[in-house]
Amino acid sequence: IWSDTRTVYVANRFPQHDHYIPQKFADNRIISSKYTVWNFIPKNLFEQFRRIANFYFLIIFLVQLMIDTPTSPVTSGLPLFFVITVTAIKQGFEDWLRHKADNEVNGAPVYVVRSGGLVQTRSKNIRVGDIVRVAKDETFPADLVLLSSDRREGTCHVTTASLDGETNLKTHSAVPETAISQSVSSLEAIVAVIECHQPEADLYRFVGRITVNHCEEEIVRPLGPENLLLRGARLKNTKEIFGVAVYTGMETKMALNYKSKSQKRSAVEKSMNTFLMIYLVILLFEAVLSTILKYAWQAEEKWDEPWYNQKTEQERNSSKILKFISDFLAFLVLYNFIIPISLYVTVEMQKFLGSFFIGWDLDLYHEESDQKAQVNTSDLNEELGQVEYVFTDKTGTLTENEMQFRECSINGVKYQEINGKLVPEGMAEDLPDAVDSNLVNNLTWAYFPTRPKSSEEDILFLKAVSLCHTVQISYDQADGLGDRQANGILHQMEYYASSPDEKALVEATKRIGVTFNGNNGETMSITSFGKLEIYKLLHILEFDANRRRMSVILQTPSGEKMLFTKGAESSILPYTKTGEIDKTRMHVDELALKGLRTLVIACRHFTPEEYIEIDRRLHEARTALQQREERLADVFSYIEKDFELLGAVGVEDKLQEKVQETIEALRMAGIKVWVLTGDKHETAVSVSLSCGHFHRTMNILELVQQKSDSECAVQLRRLDKRIKEDHVIQHGLVVDGASLSLALRQHEKLFMDVCRNCSAVLCCRMAPLQKAKVVRLLKTSPEKPITLAIGDGANDVSMIQEAHVGIGIMGKEGRQAVRNSDYAIARFKFLSKLLLVHGHFYYIRIATLVQYFFYKNVCFITPQFLYQFFCLFSQQTLYDSVYLTLYNICFTSLPILVYSLFEQLVHPHVLQNKPALYRDISKNALLSCKPFLYWTLLGFCHAFVFFFGSYLLMGEDTSLMGNGQMFGNWTFGTLVFTIMVITVTLKLALETHFWTWMNHFVTWGSIAFYFIFSLFYGGIIWPFLHTQDMYFVFVQLLSSGSAWFAIILIVITCLFPDVIKSVFYRHLQPTNTQKTQLNRNGIGISCLDSMCCFSDGEKACAPVGRMLDRMIGRCSPTRVGRSWSTSDPYYSNDRSILTLSQVEATPC
Amino acid sequence: MLIVFFLPHLLYFSSYWSKILKMKKDNKPDNTAFTQQRLPAWQPVLSVGIVLPLFFIIGLAFIGIGIGLLITSNNIQEFEEEYTGIGDNSNCYICANNATANCKCTLNFTIAQPIQGSVFMYYGLTNYYQNHQKYLSSRDDQQLAGETYYLKNPSQSCKPYQMDINNNPIAPCGSIANSFFNDAFALYYNNQGFLDEVKLDGSAIAWWTDHNVKFSNPSQTGSNLSQIFEGTVKPINWSKPVYNLDVNNPDNNGFINEDFLVWMRTAALPDFRKLYRRISGNYSSFMPSGNYTLEITYNYPVKDLPGKKKVIFSTVSWMGGKNQFLGIAYLVFGSLCFVMGFILLIVYAKYQNVEDNDD
Repeated sequence: IWSDTRTVYVANRFPQHDHYIPQKFADNRIISSKYTVWNFIPKNLFEQFRRIANFYFLIIFLVQLMIDTPTSPVTSGLPLFFVITVTAIKQGFEDWLRHKADNEVNGAPVYVVRSGGLVQTRSKNIRVGDIVRVAKDETFPADLVLLSSDRREGTCHVTTASLDGETNLKTHSAVPETAISQSVSSLEAIVAVIECHQPEADLYRFVGRITVNHCEEEIVRPLGPENLLLRGARLKNTKEIFGVAVYTGMETKMALNYKSKSQKRSAVEKSMNTFLMIYLVILLFEAVLSTILKYAWQAEEKWDEPWYNQKTEQERNSSKILKFISDFLAFLVLYNFIIPISLYVTVEMQKFLGSFFIGWDLDLYHEESDQKAQVNTSDLNEELGQVEYVFTDKTGTLTENEMQFRECSINGVKYQEINGKLVPEGMAEDLPDAVDSNLVNNLTWAYFPTRPKSSEEDILFLKAVSLCHTVQISYDQADGLGDRQANGILHQMEYYASSPDEKALVEATKRIGVTFNGNNGETMSITSFGKLEIYKLLHILEFDANRRRMSVILQTPSGEKMLFTKGAESSILPYTKTGEIDKTRMHVDELALKGLRTLVIACRHFTPEEYIEIDRRLHEARTALQQREERLADVFSYIEKDFELLGAVGVEDKLQEKVQETIEALRMAGIKVWVLTGDKHETAVSVSLSCGHFHRTMNILELVQQKSDSECAVQLRRLDKRIKEDHVIQHGLVVDGASLSLALRQHEKLFMDVCRNCSAVLCCRMAPLQKAKVVRLLKTSPEKPITLAIGDGANDVSMIQEAHVGIGIMGKEGRQAVRNSDYAIARFKFLSKLLLVHGHFYYIRIATLVQYFFYKNVCFITPQFLYQFFCLFSQQTLYDSVYLTLYNICFTSLPILVYSLFEQLVHPHVLQNKPALYRDISKNALLSCKPFLYWTLLGFCHAFVFFFGSYLLMGEDTSLMGNGQMFGNWTFGTLVFTIMVITVTLKLALETHFWTWMNHFVTWGSIAFYFIFSLFYGGIIWPFLHTQDMYFVFVQLLSSGSAWFAIILIVITCLFPDVIKSVFYRHLQPTNTQKTQLNRNGIGISCLDSMCCFSDGEKACAPVGRMLDRMIGRCSPTRVGRSWSTSDPYYSNDRSILTLSQVEATPC
Repeated sequence: MLIVFFLPHLLYFSSYWSKILKMKKDNKPDNTAFTQQRLPAWQPVLSVGIVLPLFFIIGLAFIGIGIGLLITSNNIQEFEEEYTGIGDNSNCYICANNATANCKCTLNFTIAQPIQGSVFMYYGLTNYYQNHQKYLSSRDDQQLAGETYYLKNPSQSCKPYQMDINNNPIAPCGSIANSFFNDAFALYYNNQGFLDEVKLDGSAIAWWTDHNVKFSNPSQTGSNLSQIFEGTVKPINWSKPVYNLDVNNPDNNGFINEDFLVWMRTAALPDFRKLYRRISGNYSSFMPSGNYTLEITYNYPVKDLPGKKKVIFSTVSWMGGKNQFLGIAYLVFGSLCFVMGFILLIVYAKYQNVEDNDD
């Protein structure tokens, strides 16, 4: 009936009437591979040539094939072939692995109920409607609706670790009508129809209903996510289950989640493409200019066709226009090397290989959880060095997400938990120090009788806390069972909760005396001070982010039906009728000020009539197929009102270590940190203060609880004015979700102005999508800053995906964030190393790589261009075609690759301890207009020097050899080429600051290789080549003394201005980076000075220390410049001395 | 200057190694200098302190080299005479305008200073584009290497001088060979009214490898060159077939004729010289001052190019012919280094406290 639903007949028992048209479903084959044997070559080639660079080179190659060009097609065909082949092999191999994995998965044996028995078949043969049996610890082969398990109530436990990384046990249940069919024969008898939505990717959404023919009547039951077993999840703690397949193969939620990884491009990549376009323009310009000049030249016949160089008949007769075009194309081919094909290969290799260093870094390894940093994409490495805004989640990112129950307020009285007892506030001091643990339970309540009236409410509160949750208990302790028995504790229960708050609360009530014993689906049992109580579980109104509360409806042992609810105070207090509302509100604020997460607990008693109405409405909404969520929300709000307030709890979430230092370091690096949290205002501010995001000295501006548009605008203008009046001190801004959406709706610009002028922004009460919206807002603001989002939970995913760089914290709230992130780290504190050190490294590496690549190709091609002026624009190449081909592949490729893997401008520890260095590279500094111009002009200058240097050397073509013999054109070209290879390699050597043995090896090795190769290449008459142009040319060149002197002179001339420039700049206008380099080698090592200048405390202590040193004469700058080879073992030895907090403590 | 900056580090951590090994967890990254990006490395800084002495040393060295080169170059004597025959007063005017074969003209010149050492004689052409792409590729190295098949079947690249009108293969084929320089010179010393012929030696004027390896005549046992070349025709512009280029020396014929080899090594730039002869005999180590007469067999047309033809007499040193450029360049660059060194010194002395103001 509805196109967006599918109807599944259990066991494929289709209705027997004629109108039935069978629906078509996908089979259960998982296809993750992209290619088959047959389409691999065409499809792969097509995909590769969709990349603009490959396509460009293909065009060049085809042009070379088609027209008569000066260089053979091999010169561009070979590198292209190489690149394409390597990529194809890599992709082919990956696809082969995928095929293998697919076959394994699709061929896995499964048991299906067919024709009255259990039949073994292959996974790929499962059809929609089949009843599948899954045994313990097996994974589900398709998305199944649970029909029955070996348990009577039809529940089972699963873990979804492979789907979202959550390792906790989740309970899934079957509808009661099918749960009774626990044998194959009884399953065969089931006549049931499932209607559900068409496949969608959301793992946590499933809407459907099942119609069971039970004892001659049709019973309709709602189906939700708790009835659906996802493919990829694993059955736990349950012997076997039966389920009916509803989504199969590529339509399972797991398969639908394979895709949709958005492609992010880094700023460097964008600049690279811009540069490419510029070079393309240069290329076209050179080609057009050459063509025009050629024809201007040819206008006179004496140049066009001198007697010694006659044309062939064919050339004379060919059409002018065709010739013009073919000349233009020939020039294009001649100069095409200006756009280096190897750039892409090298960049890819650099990114791929370079990204290993993140995972390898011990400083990013978290010992306790045994997790190292994880790189999900290597495309964004350099973006880590460009971050301007950090958006961070609070819970689990800044904090441990390890909840600890601390305080509560019961009926207007505040209690603290001390040693497993609730102690009214103010009485803590009176508590005896040594409390006998056996007496705890008795003692705990010994305090309550002081206020006997309230004791019943106290117990109700505790019961509410221990009942209102979705915590599971696992008795199955496969791992560590032996340990526990050895410890003599047999009845150890393990609570599994999706939210750590709940777990903390249940554990706390257990300590205090009300133990939650378990939940079997229909009942919940607690032990309240030794007395077992069984509650019948009627309904669970699950938590959702909009309501921000969850409720359970229970039947008490006395038969009364009541509701317990817990949630954020803003979503409960407005609906309470009775109880100590004002006192509790005050207490909640106090708790929040201490940085505790607060939850308010309330209850509601139902009269039997009320309950019947509620039950009916709930059932209706739950079985609705359309707009179920909206209808549920309506019913929930109908139920969740008129509360009786019980109290509030405060749960502490410990700050992660070194959060303060990290935020401070980021701030010093010029990165603005925004905290986006769902917590309430007071909690958020206090955590912000305690983690150093807000300073005590900061002027905190507030944009909260704005009700209307106009009010919001007024407040924004007021804030804006205040900031402008008072720009000396730093400002911090607090915004809440509601006000934010108002501000964003109409006053986006004004809001952005305010935000930009604040050094810290805190957004509280944020919904997940709002987080993403804030990120997008900043991202698209006129400055287009680079943003980074970091978070650990599912609610951060949208923000992580939205930001330029998304970082997942491997925390307790599952792996969703990690899966969707670009990088994942175990702790927030690792962010500083990731950005300040790795980001810096990757950025300078790739920036120099890109610039250098363009530079060396300008050097390469410009002499070719200049040579045209001396050969009548006849497209004669200056270099031999082998040199043309190998220049980028062999002679100059390795040094830059090694450079781009190992370069360090500054020692990593210095980078980490001097975050200001990060500012030196911000705003894509090394790839901005100026450096680009510098490198390009440098390339042109060098090319001019090579070419005209060699030209002048040749002069009027005097002999350069001792025996009076002459050189030819190939020797001239080889001379230019030799100078070029040496200069280009040495230029990189000048740029290199970090010379490992590998740099030495490839730098000197490249030059040596060039010489050896040339000697070899020129030393043989190559049997398959038609021309032997290069025969002995190189040897003859080297046998000339003049050539040697010229090579030395020209190389040094090229590099000389560079050296002067860098020395002058370094001396007169050193950047922070350069200063640090000096420090490291000079003062830094021997003087107290250098230690101090790493830290904040510099201002206070450094001048004193410096003066002291000056007096002793240790630190005179004149000495510094020269005596830079001394190194202080103390400095390089002890890593800990360099960490931020400790430096402050150094005895300056 | 390798700073063993990280060595203590390495030792420090290697002592940890055994400890770590015992409690190593699965995911723990290896603690090696490589994975931790702590490879021992030299980290040079181009500071004034290092560059300054470098400048002075380089400056000094280059000035020294420059002076040496300049002296060497100045010791070389070079003597150039043009004989294109453009002006009316030129002796070769008639030959230049009358395209008769083997037109003879003479060129009288005086050498003021006696030339010491062995003298090389070059011919020079200007505005002659041997480096034109079409021209340059119009040759067949396989034919020139003496491969018999290509002798009769020259490569397509030789076009338009691959075959003649009668479809006979041209040997040697191609534009380069076809435009072979065919002026001939004889030199006389005017010894008190008596013309004494100066002997010219045409051996070893081409590269040894060209003469012995790269080029060779097709071989065929028991037959002389003219038989081997049977079935081919001489290049259109040639007056003599290739096997008859040097009547005086039968070994200097065919593809390995040295004049031909010199011509086939195409020049890089449009103004070029090619080695013609070395002066031998009585004058091989000393050319006295006085009047000389060059007798030119004028064949080669350059007037329309418009180019010039020259003869050059030059001694050579280890660095080749006269070449002022290198010496001057070294001197200039050396002095520049010195100047920059001084400037740097001043700047350094004046602003040396810059480093002091570290943030």
